[in-house]
Amino acid sequence: MSLRNCAFGLMLILQLAGALAAPPTAEVDQRLQSLSGELRCLVCQNQSLADSDAELAVDLRREIRRMIEAGKSDAEIRDFLVARYGDFILYEPPFKPLTLALWLGPLLFLVLGLGLLIRSLRRRGQENSES
Amino acid sequence: MNRFLWPLAIFVLLLVLLAAGLKLVDQRELPSPLVGKPAPAFRLARLEDPEKSFSPQEMQGQVWLLNVWASWCVSCNREHAKLLLFVGKVPVVGLNYKEVRGDAGIEVSRLSSEAERQLASERAVKWLRENGNPYVASVLDLDGRVGIDYGVYGVPETFIIDRQGIIRFKQVGPLTPETIEQKILPLLSELQGSQK
Repeated sequence: MSLRNCAFGLMLILQLAGALAAPPTAEVDQRLQSLSGELRCLVCQNQSLADSDAELAVDLRREIRRMIEAGKSDAEIRDFLVARYGDFILYEPPFKPLTLALWLGPLLFLVLGLGLLIRSLRRRGQENSES
Repeated sequence: MNRFLWPLAIFVLLLVLLAAGLKLVDQRELPSPLVGKPAPAFRLARLEDPEKSFSPQEMQGQVWLLNVWASWCVSCNREHAKLLLFVGKVPVVGLNYKEVRGDAGIEVSRLSSEAERQLASERAVKWLRENGNPYVASVLDLDGRVGIDYGVYGVPETFIIDRQGIIRFKQVGPLTPETIEQKILPLLSELQGSQK
């Protein structure tokens, strides 16, 4: 009985130690991949950091990996890069006053288009009933 | 008549918008978020005397330029004569960016870090001896880590830093006579003139 307890305790300790240690490589790789996929390579502006072989992209991936291994969150890493290279490095622009038109523009056009559609449908309906 | 004119008007408007957009996109230069922020701190060994180090804090109280360069960088070569014009007018600090790693012709993985430092130092010193040295101090950023803090993405780059250590201007790419005349000199005299 006590041996079993002991084994259980040992397992618990091992698991805890595992959780506390650096994240496993596969997980780091996966996060690096997804994170650098949503970041723009600044040298070759039509590629993501994940796809690019440009030197700066290699350096930045190394830096991101270092930060992931140091336990930084995705948001912290994104902030780090934006502070240095600007919003341009993000493929998805942030929602702020400067980008209001960008985010809300499509919605505005949708409402406008729906309004026009309804108006013309009504008019057609009236014409039909009149004739 | 009206039925055909409206779509045409919208089409022309769209064309104008797209043309304007193309022109905007064509400027590859990006606004730097670092302008208006304190110059990132670093401490690197001086090229002339590796025993001594350099840190931007030492320049506190002066207006100065930070120029990012490398001997393999072709446009740095073209820019060089313009940098020499600043000698005696404003201190220029040279940040040598990835002297060895940035050169595609060299396989860095075969070099020890000491050998890399040695080679970088030799190349930089030789280049400055041959082309003239515009820098009051030069440092080697071997792995480009300091470059990342300064958001460097295309050498040469030049920063103007004010007396309080705030970055006031950033130029990506070589300094041209136009940027020097229209932006850099006016800004320098404004910054140097204020509160001596």
